[in-house]
Amino acid sequence: MANIRLKGITKTFGNVTALNDLHLEVADGEFFVLLGRTGAGKTTTLRVVAGLEKPTAGQVFIDDQDVGRWGPAERDVALVLQQYSLYPRYTVRENLEFPLKSPIRHYDAADIGERVGRVARTLRIEPLLDRKVDRLSGGEMQRVSIGRAIVREPRVFLMDEPLSALDAKLREALRIELKNLQMNLGATFLFVTHDQIEAMSMGDKIGVLDEGQLVQTGAPHEIYADPINTFVARSVGSPPMNLIDGQLAGSEAVTATGERLPLNGKGKGAGAAGRPLIFGIRPEDIFLEADAPAQARVHDVENHGVEKIVTLRMGENFLHATVPAQTSLEIDEEIRFSWNPDKVVVFDGDSGVNLSHAGR
Amino acid sequence: MTHIELRGIDKHFGALHVINDLNLVVEDKEFIVLLGQSGCGKTTTLRAIAGLETIDEGDILLDGKTVQHMQASERDIAFVFQSFSLYPHMTVFENIAFPLKAMRVNHAEIAERVKSLAKTLQISDLVSKRPSALSGGDMQRVAIGRALVRQPKAMLMDEPIGALDAKLREEMRAEIKRLHIKQGSTTIYVTHDQVEAMSLADRIVVMHEGILQQIGTPSSVYERPENMFVAQFVGSPVMNVVAADVGEEDGHAHVNIGGDGLRFAFPTELTGKLSAANGQKGNLSLGVRPEGVLVSREERDGYVAVEAGIIEPLGSHDIVDLKLGEDVLRARTTSGLVPGTGEKVWARIDPTRAHFFDTATGKSLGIAF
Repeated sequence: MANIRLKGITKTFGNVTALNDLHLEVADGEFFVLLGRTGAGKTTTLRVVAGLEKPTAGQVFIDDQDVGRWGPAERDVALVLQQYSLYPRYTVRENLEFPLKSPIRHYDAADIGERVGRVARTLRIEPLLDRKVDRLSGGEMQRVSIGRAIVREPRVFLMDEPLSALDAKLREALRIELKNLQMNLGATFLFVTHDQIEAMSMGDKIGVLDEGQLVQTGAPHEIYADPINTFVARSVGSPPMNLIDGQLAGSEAVTATGERLPLNGKGKGAGAAGRPLIFGIRPEDIFLEADAPAQARVHDVENHGVEKIVTLRMGENFLHATVPAQTSLEIDEEIRFSWNPDKVVVFDGDSGVNLSHAGR
Repeated sequence: MTHIELRGIDKHFGALHVINDLNLVVEDKEFIVLLGQSGCGKTTTLRAIAGLETIDEGDILLDGKTVQHMQASERDIAFVFQSFSLYPHMTVFENIAFPLKAMRVNHAEIAERVKSLAKTLQISDLVSKRPSALSGGDMQRVAIGRALVRQPKAMLMDEPIGALDAKLREEMRAEIKRLHIKQGSTTIYVTHDQVEAMSLADRIVVMHEGILQQIGTPSSVYERPENMFVAQFVGSPVMNVVAADVGEEDGHAHVNIGGDGLRFAFPTELTGKLSAANGQKGNLSLGVRPEGVLVSREERDGYVAVEAGIIEPLGSHDIVDLKLGEDVLRARTTSGLVPGTGEKVWARIDPTRAHFFDTATGKSLGIAF
C-alpha cells in the first residue's frame, strides 16, 4: 500500500482549466473522499493519478515516487468506475482472474485460484463465481468490478462514483461494505463522489473540490461543523446548512427580515459590526418554542419517521429545521423559533468566508 | 366530492398475479399514497381506477356506483403521469384549457379558471410559453394544472415528481401538498419513495407483490408495522431485524441476540405477552429501528457490552454498527458519541420501540410496552 501526493497539478483542456494548481495528500491506508459537483475536476484528478491523463503542470507521487513518466500499468493502481467494465460473456471467475493473467504480471495457477477465492469470500460473491456476468444484478456486477480491482492487491484504489448507478437501499448497503473492505485491507482509497452522504459516512477525510481547486480538507465532522466558506456549508448536510443574511447588533444577530436571535459572543472581535453577514445554522440546531425570539411560517413538513424536517418561511427566505417526529405542525401555521447560539457559524456577507477562518 | 372504494380487485398479466384481492376505501378529500417497489401492483391499481386497465375480478365504486364497466372518459377522474404529457405545439394556456374546450365550456369561464389555477401553481408568467421553453418542474406544474382544471371527482397521480431532480422534487412535493389542502380533491398518489409517502399521505397503503400489506397513517406505519416487509420498507436506515431467543431468569425477561452472553433486558411481562400472542420460541425475530438502540460509553445498568463496528458520521448524528456475534445492530447516536471502530461500548434495546415478528410468516405479534 502507498500514499498519494499531488503537487501543484494544473490540467487544461483547450480553454478549459479542469484542475488549477491542485495540492492533495492521501496518507497510506486512508479513505479520502473528493466531493464535488459535476465539472469540479473530480474525475480528471483520478485520471491524472491513474496515468490516463497527463497534467499540464505539477507532479504526482505514489509511495513518495514521482510517477510522472510512468504508464498506467506501471503505477499499479486500480480504477473502479460507475459503469461496470466487465466482460459480459465471461463468468465472474474469469472476470476476476483476468487482471492476474496480464502478460506484465506473473502469477501461477494456484496463486490465482487462491486470490480469486479470497476476494469472492470478502465480497460474498462465491455462489456467483461460475455465472456469466450478464446474468447478474447491478449490485452484484459492482461487487465483481470491485473484486476485479482488489484481486491483484494494487498500491492504491481509485474509485469514480462506484455506487451512483445503484438504487438507494443497495447504495446504503454497499457503502458499509466498501468501508469495511477498505479497513480490512488497510488500503489507500481515493474515492470520488458528488453525494455528500457518501462523503460524510465513508471518508476518513473529505476534500471539497470546486472549479479545479480544493476548497477545504478535513475530517467529516470538521467540514460539517466548521465550514471554511458558504460553498462548503452548502456542500454537506441534508438538508444543507441554513444561511441567513443579517447583521450584528450588540450581542445579537439581526436578520434581514428584522428577527433578533442570540449569538453568545459569536462574531465579536472579527470586525463584523455593521458589515453584511451571513449566519449559518444547521437544521438540528434550530428549535421551535412558543416563546422563542424569532417568527416564521410553516411551508412544508417532510416526515422521515424518526424525525420531521420542517421548511420554514421567513420573508422570502426558507429555513430548514429538524424536529422530533411527534411534533404536530400545520401547513401555513405561524411558529416561533430560536437557535443554538454556540453552533452559529458567521460568514462575511460579501466573500462568504467563515470569519473564524479569515486571516488564518 | 368523492368517495372511492375497491372491493376484491384481482388482476393477472398472464401468469403474473399483479393485484391480489385488494380492498380499499378512500374517504372524500383524503390523500392516499400507494407505496411499494416497482412491480408491486400500485400503478396497475391506479390505472384500473382510472379506467385505463381492466380488472379480472371485483368492483370499483365511485361515490357508491360501480364504474368498472365505464370508459375512462366517463369516470371523471384526472390522471397525472411521471412523463409530462403536454401538447408541444400549444402554449401553457392552451394546454391547461384543452380539457375545458373539449367540454365546450365558454371562453370567459375558461380564461377565468386557467388564470386562477396558473396563479395557484405559480406559473402565471408562463402561460404564453410553449412546453419546450419550460423546466421539468414547470412542465409538471402545467400537467397538474391540466388535470385539475375541469375539477374532476378525483385526482390520480403516478410518480408525478419521480423524474425531477432532488431539489425540485422537494419543492413540487410541498406544492402538491398545499394544492391538496386548498382544493381538497380526493387524491390517490403512487410512489416508491417512502419519504414522499410519509410526507404527503393522510394514509399510506403499502403494497408488495400485488397484496396490500398495511394501511394506516404515516406514524402508525412507521411505529407499528404489521409485518417484516413493511418494517423494513419504511424508514432509513432500515429497521434492524435479527433472530431473537427470549428467556427468563430470576423473574426477569431477556432477549438473546447473536449467540450467548448478549442478553438484552426486557420487562417481565414479555414472556406472558409472547405466549398470549402465540409466539413460538425458536421462531422469533426482533425488530428495532436504529433510534431504538441506545448506546452508552460507560457501563450502565441493563446495558450490554458490545464492540462498535463501522461508524457512519452523517453530521447531525452517527449510525454505528454494533457487533453481536454473527449479527449486527445499527444504532443512531449523537455525533461523535462512539470515538472509533473497535471500541467497547454498552447498548440497550428500548422495549417501547421493539417489535416481535413470527420469523416464518413475517407477521408482527403486536407486542407493545
